[in-house]
Amino acid sequence: METVIDIKHLSKSFGQHEVLKDVNFSVQKGEVVCLIGSSGSGKSTLLRCINLLEKPSGGAIIYNGENILDDKHDIEKYRTHLGMVFQQFNLFNNLNVLENCIVGQQKVLKRSKQEASEKALKYLKVVGMEKYQHAKPRQLSGGQKQRVAIARALAMDPDVMLFDEPTSALDPEMVGEVLKVMRTLAAEGNTMLIVTHEMEFAREVADRVVFMDKGVIVEEGAPEQVLADPKHDRTKEFLKRTLK
Amino acid sequence: MSFETIITILENNWPMFLRGAYITLAIAVISTIIGAFIGFFIGIMHTIPAAKRSFKTGVLKIFNFILSVYVEVFRGTPMMVQAMVVFYVLYAYGIELDRFVAALVVVGLNTGAYMAEIVRGGIVSIDKGQYEAAQAIGMNHFQTMVFIILPQVARNILPATGNQLVMNIKDTSVLSVISVTELFFQTKSIAGANFKYAESFAIACLIYLIMTFIATRLLRLMEKKLDGPDSYKVENTTAAAK
Repeated sequence: METVIDIKHLSKSFGQHEVLKDVNFSVQKGEVVCLIGSSGSGKSTLLRCINLLEKPSGGAIIYNGENILDDKHDIEKYRTHLGMVFQQFNLFNNLNVLENCIVGQQKVLKRSKQEASEKALKYLKVVGMEKYQHAKPRQLSGGQKQRVAIARALAMDPDVMLFDEPTSALDPEMVGEVLKVMRTLAAEGNTMLIVTHEMEFAREVADRVVFMDKGVIVEEGAPEQVLADPKHDRTKEFLKRTLK
Repeated sequence: MSFETIITILENNWPMFLRGAYITLAIAVISTIIGAFIGFFIGIMHTIPAAKRSFKTGVLKIFNFILSVYVEVFRGTPMMVQAMVVFYVLYAYGIELDRFVAALVVVGLNTGAYMAEIVRGGIVSIDKGQYEAAQAIGMNHFQTMVFIILPQVARNILPATGNQLVMNIKDTSVLSVISVTELFFQTKSIAGANFKYAESFAIACLIYLIMTFIATRLLRLMEKKLDGPDSYKVENTTAAAK
């Protein structure tokens, strides 16, 4: 299997506080990986370190055989290969739905306007938002915004999709529509790395579940194994608390 | 003070009032635009993320220090004094600026100093998520600013910019100290000739009020226009089903 991203000995500190400690972890092509763990365990930080929204304090991130933490590496170019979906959606407020999905393709990937809009519409259709292409973000519900955010990331044709708690800021009745889109993407063979609190969803779509606690990866494996028959006490305790 | 006198003064002097109003408006509008450009420039310079220690960062620091001095000086001194200093200091060195140009320089630089803070505040108030989302799709700092942040800043600071315009319309009156023929200066000349101070300045007052009122309304309209319609068109993709 082809490794897309390989993380070696990654660490991250905010001042004295060590958030990630010697994390080793990789994502294979076509794999759906769910990162679980209690808040403050470092799972979101790990995801943000992968696309360098947080600068790691040490270690290496290998992409295409190159360590992107090298000083001279083109960070902007690397980021176009990763699609990021945020907890707070972060749609561009000054642009409408279609423009949100076009701007990166046009300005960063230098695609023509025509090609960019075709691609944008294709993915807006995938997430079921093509009807609302003229709407501004402020006119949409949370679930709709998140679906647009997913389409915006997909339109860049990334190698990996990163999801940072994509449903945590949503009203309960809107969680379903976003998870449904993500299920479709997983079924289509997209490589996905998902930080989530939705255990049911993880069990259903993940090829691999990674449990993190206090900045280290405690346990990882197939969802049936990690979620149903955890080996470590910390995993057991966490699952007992969340699956109640 | 009588209504008839006001009419008579208007009848005799309306070209002068009109010319004064025109100069006032021209200075206010042009220097607000100049000030907005200065403000955006400084606001952007001040929010460039500090990179690692390098020659470029050093130059930027010195440059930003100079800009800060400019902002402090122009915010910390009265515009009337600035007008005197700019005009007469240059005059002492043999540079005789056209009075209208001197007025643009003074009001423009003054507005720029205030706009710098307004723009900086506007940039700082944009949610961090907007930057992160732009970075996440591979935009560099310049692209992020031009395509995502500044359009939002421009919209958000429009009310404050309008405020500056209204203030400039009124504050151009201090330029009479360097004999710029704006509305206040013209009114003073008219009143000096006919000795009807109360009536002449009542007219000036009304003209100022009309100008500021119209300016405020126009800006409100512009805000509405920038916000776009409240509703949006739903693209009908299932038309064939009907």
